[in-house]
Amino acid sequence: MTAAESPAARSRLAARPASIRTDLRLIAEMIEPESRVLDIGCGDGALLDYLVHFKQVVGRGLELSQAGVNACVSQGLSVVQGDADQDLSDYPDGAFDYVVLSQTLQATHDPRAVLEQLVRIGRHAIVSFPNFGYWKLRLGLLFKGRMPVTASLPDQWYETQNIHLCTILDFLELARRCGLDIERSLMLDERGDAKPLGSEAIANLTATDAVFLLKRGGTEAAR
Amino acid sequence: MKAQDPSTPSKGWRTPAERLPSESLTFGPEAPLRLDCGVDLAPFTLAYRTYGTLNAEKSNAVLVCHALTGDQFCSERHPLTGRPGWWELMVGPGRPLDTNRYFVLCVNVIGGCMGSSGPKEINPATGKPWGLSFPIVTIADMVRAQRLVIDHLGIEKLFCVTGGSMGGMQALQWAASYPERVHAAVPIATAAYHTAQNIAFHEVGRQAIMADPDWDEGNYLESGKVPRRGLSVARMTAHVTYLSEQALHEKFGRRLQDRGALSYGFEADFQVESYLRHQGISFVDRFDANSYLYITRAMDYFDLAAEHGGVLAQAFTGGNVRYCVMSFTSDWLFPTSEAKRIVRALNAAAADVSFVEIESDKGHDAFLLNEVEFHETLNGFLNGCAEPLGLPTRDLVPWDPAQGDPTKDRIS
Repeated sequence: MTAAESPAARSRLAARPASIRTDLRLIAEMIEPESRVLDIGCGDGALLDYLVHFKQVVGRGLELSQAGVNACVSQGLSVVQGDADQDLSDYPDGAFDYVVLSQTLQATHDPRAVLEQLVRIGRHAIVSFPNFGYWKLRLGLLFKGRMPVTASLPDQWYETQNIHLCTILDFLELARRCGLDIERSLMLDERGDAKPLGSEAIANLTATDAVFLLKRGGTEAAR
Repeated sequence: MKAQDPSTPSKGWRTPAERLPSESLTFGPEAPLRLDCGVDLAPFTLAYRTYGTLNAEKSNAVLVCHALTGDQFCSERHPLTGRPGWWELMVGPGRPLDTNRYFVLCVNVIGGCMGSSGPKEINPATGKPWGLSFPIVTIADMVRAQRLVIDHLGIEKLFCVTGGSMGGMQALQWAASYPERVHAAVPIATAAYHTAQNIAFHEVGRQAIMADPDWDEGNYLESGKVPRRGLSVARMTAHVTYLSEQALHEKFGRRLQDRGALSYGFEADFQVESYLRHQGISFVDRFDANSYLYITRAMDYFDLAAEHGGVLAQAFTGGNVRYCVMSFTSDWLFPTSEAKRIVRALNAAAADVSFVEIESDKGHDAFLLNEVEFHETLNGFLNGCAEPLGLPTRDLVPWDPAQGDPTKDRIS
């Protein structure tokens, strides 16, 4: 209420980064302004904060770690503690325009069920994951005979949360089985450059990470 | 409705409304309070306190709802006990409910004993204390009464309604009953209903009061007695439920009280016994036994889902309320599992919800204590609510030890 307080508010705004990690920026570009967004596995809230303040979305987050949740809520974001495998069934059908699952699918217990929940509660789902078919991973395994440790997969096999790693081809196969339509796809290379899917086999070899914009297919046949 | 001018009781009973420095509102026979039990209560009085300044738009009002044995004196020295306000860590300049930015008000619940109508007050129809002839009140009745104060102050929409324990129940009830009048609801260390275990502990307390001969079938005010033993045992039992096993162990362990050896008798050998006895005895001086019966009953009757066809999510379908549900890891009276039940219902209603569990070893009482992460997180949440409304935001000012610790008499 007093003049002394507004600088604090201004500095809070100024401290907000206008740029975010590449894969998060690509996800943000897929999201229409002023839409309703649920970010599953929102971590410290970087994407959510960006979307709320630069795309004026109505944003919600779900995060496994309580420390992450508390950090998000302290920033004024609406985030609950929860688990993609357990808690998505609570949300009603079509509650959100976009449901984002960034770098989390491979850490879920039942990726297929999670994927189906995403397109149930969101009109669109955005899923990003590290591509286990990337050529360097394949060569590493072939020549070194060791589980890969890379920028996208930074943890040792005994430390990683990733229990359901997949390749781009694997994911496309699951999306087809679930009857999902792929609306957009972006393949990231090591430099962080993104390009559309193109040839599936080539993307599966050259992309380090993939981002897909999906929705439930029009027919019931596939379900 | 008129400003309080209490008529002098005929037999010289002095009611708290007369001697406590509270603002109060009295509603006459033309404006009865329709209670859940079917009784129209009239006339009735509501006592409240305010802190900070209501802005010109009346958009910065925060309603603090007090818990079972709390009262409206949340952020000032208590006029009866001389102790610091029960939520001075939360309400004050630079604190999460920053009185430099927010207009904070706290109403003594209907059925309470600090000036609002309750069993301790004089029934104007008889000129005697109400005692057990006071009608049974519910959490929803408390909220209905608070709404009248909000209306009186001309507040269209509360910026926030919050409270811990029974105060959290009221915050939930507010959001369910009047969603269009609440911007943010912060229920803390609470549940959407009272569990069998919660009811069981309350029943032990009530039976202790009613077993005291000085309770006199509820007529002790008329007969000039005080059911000290009963009320103090009720408080001792309840107090144990507010603490965690770890907090008790760390504070007292098996240490003896002012003695080197066991007495081989039934004196308070152990520090924990002495502490509980002190808690019980000091409670009697500030609280009314009948009021304790009524308010514990209100909590027992609380079941927000029941009034919505048994589906809790149905309670939260209206309005655009922003929720922040908070719980504490060591609270076994209102555990995190109950907070998560609320959160699941809010998710099912596609409500705007945050849920924070604070790591604490202090048990249920943690919501009253100096838990820095709790205060910082709540401050951040409220800033996030204030910013889009054009209300000022501000970082939490850490509690200055030079101000003293308002909780030092508590177990921590």
